[in-house]
Amino acid sequence: MDSAILALEDGTVFEGRSFGAPAERAGEVVFNTAITGYQEVFTDPSYSGQIVVLTHPQIGNYGACSEDSESARAYIEGLVVREFSPLASNWRSEESAAQFLSRQGIPILSGIDTRALVRHLRTRGVMRGVLSAVERNAHTLIERARGIPTMAGLDLASRVTTPAIYHWDKPVEKCSPSERLAPPAEPSHHVVAYDFGIKHNILRRLVHVGCRVTVVPALTSAEDVLALKPDGVFLSNGPGDPEPLVAQVSNIRKLIGRVPIFGICLGNQLLGLAAGGRTYKLKFGHRGANHPVINKLTNRVEITSHNHGFAVDPDSLPAGETEITHMNLNDGTLEGFRFRNHPVFCVQYHPEAAPGPHDSHYLFDDFVRLMAGKHA
Amino acid sequence: MPRRTDIHRILIPGSGPIVIGQACEFDYSGTQACKALRADGYEVILVNSNPATIMTDPDLANRTYVEPLSREYLTEIIRRERPDALLSTVGGQTGLNLSVELAEAGVLEEFGVELIGANIQAIKKAEDRLLFKDAMRSIGLETPQSQLVNNERDALDFATRVGYPAILRPSFTLGGSGGGIAYNREELVEILERGLALSPVHEVLIEESVLGWKEFELEVMRDLADNCIIICSIENFDPMGVHTGDSITVAPAQTLTDREYQMMRDGAIRCLREIGVDTGGSNVQFAIDPKTGRMVIIEMNPRVSRSSALASKATGFPIAKIAAKLAVGYRLDEIRNDITRKTPACFEPTIDYVVAKIPKWQFEKFPGADPTLGTQMKSVGEVMAIGRTFKEALWKALRSLETGKAFGSESYDPNLIPQKLITATPDRLNYLRYAFANGYSAGEIHEMTAIDPWFLEQVKEAVEMERRLEEIPFEHATREDFLHAKRCGISDAQLARGWETKELVVRERRKQAGVRAVFNRVDTCAAEFESFTPYLYSSYESDCEADPTARRKVLILGSGPNRIGQGIEFDYCCCHASFALQEFGIESIMVNCNPETVSTDYDTSDRLYFEPLTLENVLNIVDTEKPDGVIVQFGGQTPLTLALPLKRQGVPIIGTDPENIDLAEDRKRFGKLLDDLGIPSPANGTATSGEEACEVARRIGFPVLVRPSYVLGGRAMVIAYDEEAVRTYMREAMSFSHDRPVLIDRFLEDATEVDVDALGDGAGVLVAGIMEHIEEAGVHSGDSSCVLPSHSLGERQLATIQDYTVRLALALQVVGLMNVQYAIKDGTVYVLEVNPRASRTVPYVSKATGVPLAKIAVGLMTGKKLADFKHLTGRRISGCLEAPQCFVKSPVFPFHKFPGVDPALGPEMRSTGEVMGVGESFGEAFAKAQLSAGTPLPDKGTVFFSVNDRHKAELVTVARRFVDLGFQLVATRGTASAIKAAGLPCKTVFKFNEGRPNCVDLLKAGSLHLIVYTSTGAHSFSDEKAIRRTAVLQRVPCITTMSGARAAVEAVASRRRDPMRVWSLQEIHERAQAPA
Repeated sequence: MDSAILALEDGTVFEGRSFGAPAERAGEVVFNTAITGYQEVFTDPSYSGQIVVLTHPQIGNYGACSEDSESARAYIEGLVVREFSPLASNWRSEESAAQFLSRQGIPILSGIDTRALVRHLRTRGVMRGVLSAVERNAHTLIERARGIPTMAGLDLASRVTTPAIYHWDKPVEKCSPSERLAPPAEPSHHVVAYDFGIKHNILRRLVHVGCRVTVVPALTSAEDVLALKPDGVFLSNGPGDPEPLVAQVSNIRKLIGRVPIFGICLGNQLLGLAAGGRTYKLKFGHRGANHPVINKLTNRVEITSHNHGFAVDPDSLPAGETEITHMNLNDGTLEGFRFRNHPVFCVQYHPEAAPGPHDSHYLFDDFVRLMAGKHA
Repeated sequence: MPRRTDIHRILIPGSGPIVIGQACEFDYSGTQACKALRADGYEVILVNSNPATIMTDPDLANRTYVEPLSREYLTEIIRRERPDALLSTVGGQTGLNLSVELAEAGVLEEFGVELIGANIQAIKKAEDRLLFKDAMRSIGLETPQSQLVNNERDALDFATRVGYPAILRPSFTLGGSGGGIAYNREELVEILERGLALSPVHEVLIEESVLGWKEFELEVMRDLADNCIIICSIENFDPMGVHTGDSITVAPAQTLTDREYQMMRDGAIRCLREIGVDTGGSNVQFAIDPKTGRMVIIEMNPRVSRSSALASKATGFPIAKIAAKLAVGYRLDEIRNDITRKTPACFEPTIDYVVAKIPKWQFEKFPGADPTLGTQMKSVGEVMAIGRTFKEALWKALRSLETGKAFGSESYDPNLIPQKLITATPDRLNYLRYAFANGYSAGEIHEMTAIDPWFLEQVKEAVEMERRLEEIPFEHATREDFLHAKRCGISDAQLARGWETKELVVRERRKQAGVRAVFNRVDTCAAEFESFTPYLYSSYESDCEADPTARRKVLILGSGPNRIGQGIEFDYCCCHASFALQEFGIESIMVNCNPETVSTDYDTSDRLYFEPLTLENVLNIVDTEKPDGVIVQFGGQTPLTLALPLKRQGVPIIGTDPENIDLAEDRKRFGKLLDDLGIPSPANGTATSGEEACEVARRIGFPVLVRPSYVLGGRAMVIAYDEEAVRTYMREAMSFSHDRPVLIDRFLEDATEVDVDALGDGAGVLVAGIMEHIEEAGVHSGDSSCVLPSHSLGERQLATIQDYTVRLALALQVVGLMNVQYAIKDGTVYVLEVNPRASRTVPYVSKATGVPLAKIAVGLMTGKKLADFKHLTGRRISGCLEAPQCFVKSPVFPFHKFPGVDPALGPEMRSTGEVMGVGESFGEAFAKAQLSAGTPLPDKGTVFFSVNDRHKAELVTVARRFVDLGFQLVATRGTASAIKAAGLPCKTVFKFNEGRPNCVDLLKAGSLHLIVYTSTGAHSFSDEKAIRRTAVLQRVPCITTMSGARAAVEAVASRRRDPMRVWSLQEIHERAQAPA
């Protein structure tokens, strides 16, 4: 049985069984508490630069299928699980989860006490680590973990963005003959989506509510975006620290007031910076599919999907220009706000889900309504 | 939206006696609801006929009525108490049906009572299968094709169109009672007839088969602001076709992608909204075609259910408590999560472990019952286990079942494997293991069982692990080997069998190798937030989160899965032990593995260990907690069997010394004690072989009672009238291979049996209750109705019983509770057995007398004296407590679930639950008890008699009273001539095998309203069986003893004489306390 090691920068070491590629990868070690949706997690570009610990102890059970990928490839640096299933059982499965990750060079560490690791990260905060199925010397790996750059100050969005403009026209497709899914709306609005690490389900959801989507690279200028004559601009999720993304923030400032804008996750943080607010790093982030968020406009609670290590400080937002619309009921962190004088709104969590509950799909309809208002 | 202030008094109907399909999970939910509502300042009026429940403790509600759960009695209670609202959703199907009945009869409107939890339209839409299907179609959820039928022709037409197999489900029955799968025309007709008879609305749903599909359940909660959350997903290991109550289930669901899970989540929430469940918890069931992913919704329960109890225990999210709060207006985000303290209850629990539930069946109690598992639930209880992986959880759950068979050492016939895999029976999980061990491939097994390949892979891995370990010599086993085994959930005992050594030797070596159990917390959030609730399970991980305190502490060993003979009564005792310890300032630590119970609620005890009750698991907890004492006498037989092994390991057992508990079970030593004390007992002996047994029987004289030592619920106990019966019994007993001898007693025919509960502190004894059985000795005490105070014993006999009880308790140095069974024959009092531990009747006696026996017992066990509890016992510290009114406890039987089984009573206990009737007279209390037990006695009509010659003298007295009350009499020839000879009018009818029309024909035609059919003694004849079975199916009360017939006539007289009246326990107890 091949073994693998996870070494953390604070000297903590976990040794278990290697299940994926015989490789060594480094990154920030974070945990996700969702029970389902591992494939969506593997392929979410926001996990770029991160080794992911899944708290659900049985991973790989239902294999992998191409429809469930959130991007063209796996973005996690490595995977840490309690037990990995060599067998895939599901009618949609095309290959085993181990094959899916191995062929993309992602190492898997299985059989360790993931709960102990998560408790460690919860109390000490997320930290750097190296997952290796190659190196046997733990001390070497600890040193390597200490040598990698920290997440704070890291611009990863520019690394994962698309190199070129492209169009997206695929709506959400049924996963089962019994899934109730309204037919996609007729295309009525042109949306330019900034790709900072965009998830496919955001694009599918946009198409589903009647958007023609043009995806542009992270550093596309405001002028070039406006030249595409968008009805609305979308700011995507993405990995890393929002603070170094100065150029992106400056472009967004130019767009505010010119066109309706909707931002998700990193998009929310960039709008916070554009509004003059501050962002900060959370101790261990929010990653899971069960966070309660209250919509302050409707006073309803949504169960939401999360994946972020940074957040906007609600006290830093100019109260005269912005209005807080969503708050996290677990820890009181900011989950969404809008501009008072411009058609601009954003949420920190993931209304497109994938993985996670569908409670917040209405935000895509809100975006369409906002764009329709512009024409009216 | 804060709590409602326009309602103050809330009525909660409970679920009544424990029956198959409705067990102590509703004690758990009702108790939670009572506690939550009272904590919020509401007054609670509780009605439940089941005295063994914790919810009917007078402390839990403002008014507690142990009265029949019928419309008439509820109306009377509403008239007296004038509640503002009725919470319909925590009392199971019984509570829900009763609420509907009260609403439809206009009672709620008349008295201005608002239905909260679920409104009447929602209940109807969810429960009426056609309305439900229409509603689901309207929101785009598919259901299997189906049709509601009330006659054979429509049913056959449907089956011809859609094809066989066809599923039949009678409307409005508990646990799918009377349903089934028909593979052909003949079966269809048979199941349909039974289903129509059982359905209160004479309707059966016939449905397209989705056999073999994957089965899932979601537990959903919704508040008045329309916030919806999913508490837990549950996947059935056994695919569609086996009732979910009879399926092994797993939480969370293991084989769904996020897409599919979210589709199901969306569907479940849409379903709740469409049905209109405004507040509370509901359970929604789905099936998925494993080949195409097509999903259909099977059903939804607009109330707290068995699965919600499981989901609560599996996640740490208290569904019933939250449901009660939502019903009075709270929003989910206004309620705090008790476990994390900081976060709200409005979230979806996520778990980082796997939970497995396995049902507990008891077909051995019902010879002739069909053990095939189908759409009608047949299990009597369940166990749950928590492991870090599915394998660990499943293997832990298997150990929790206490099958009595050594796991891994069973013998089986390899030729039976295919059949045992294809047809689901309680044995199927074992046969999966045998199949893998015999080289069947996962693919072959999947074809035969339709069990998901992922689950099969897990079983296979565990079987392979066992085999690999057996090949390693014990001395060479490494830390890694032990760790792998333990992480697979394999027990030390099982390892010891493979290595041919002793369990404790394996334990020692394992610990030396550094492999020890640690404990993880159930925290609702996969460790994302800190947990403040010590709700723990064992694992073989690296980090122990038990964090024991340095307080004085006592461990209580629970009673494990519900089963016949060991049920909710023992959970009642354990919970009381825990409450009492907390009151005395001692930390209480509960160990149990039954997810249905109050004892496994995380806020019942200071600390909860959800663990199998085995030596290994208990020792692990003791090693970690180092308790000052361990209580073994409250959980029934399960903890008692652990008492001596634990004591030998140096574990401090408190209360009566386990050696003395053992002495009372040891026939020779106990016989000597009785001789020394000069207390008579029936002549007896012991034997280890057939010949020896016959010799003993000849010596003491027939009939004899033969039984193994150490049993509860009379398992494997028979009355033998001849040597052949003794030999047959011994052959079977030997195959069970207990190394303990078989006990043989002279059986006292027609003796009166008496049950006594007493408290002892080592120096003094207080007799708590002397209960007189209504059925004669020979009927198991758990199956006999009993009355408190006794209604026919003389002063002298009572004094003798008291005297014997005191002397026995002192001789056995009883500290805590003791139960003694006596038989009185021809004026002599004989001791039948002594059990120095809590008995089944403790809650009943506590409720009748108003004295909390279990609490006092715990006080005595922790060093207090009887004198310290004078304030609770009406100042008595010796003598006998008084019952201020008349109380009858009656058993409830599951015979209608097992067609074909002879319902005659005998020494083997077969009742699943009990009810209590309260009255001014014996007759009134007995009438109420019979009504609550579901066998109401008739006010008028025809009584059928068939009694054996021994009973004919008494027969005339009873028959005359029936005639005086206006009943007609019908009897078989011999009986009829005895009645006629006394000058009473009586029709003669043929026996079953004499010709037509016979008594069974009359019964089927509905012309008989009460059956008195006493056994002929030595053998059960087909005639008797036929009429008793028919009576069960026709729901006609069937009395099998003369003493029962005497009680029945008293009850009928009361029904004619007494007004309808009810008493709350609080009133009764106040009266008892009031100075005379």
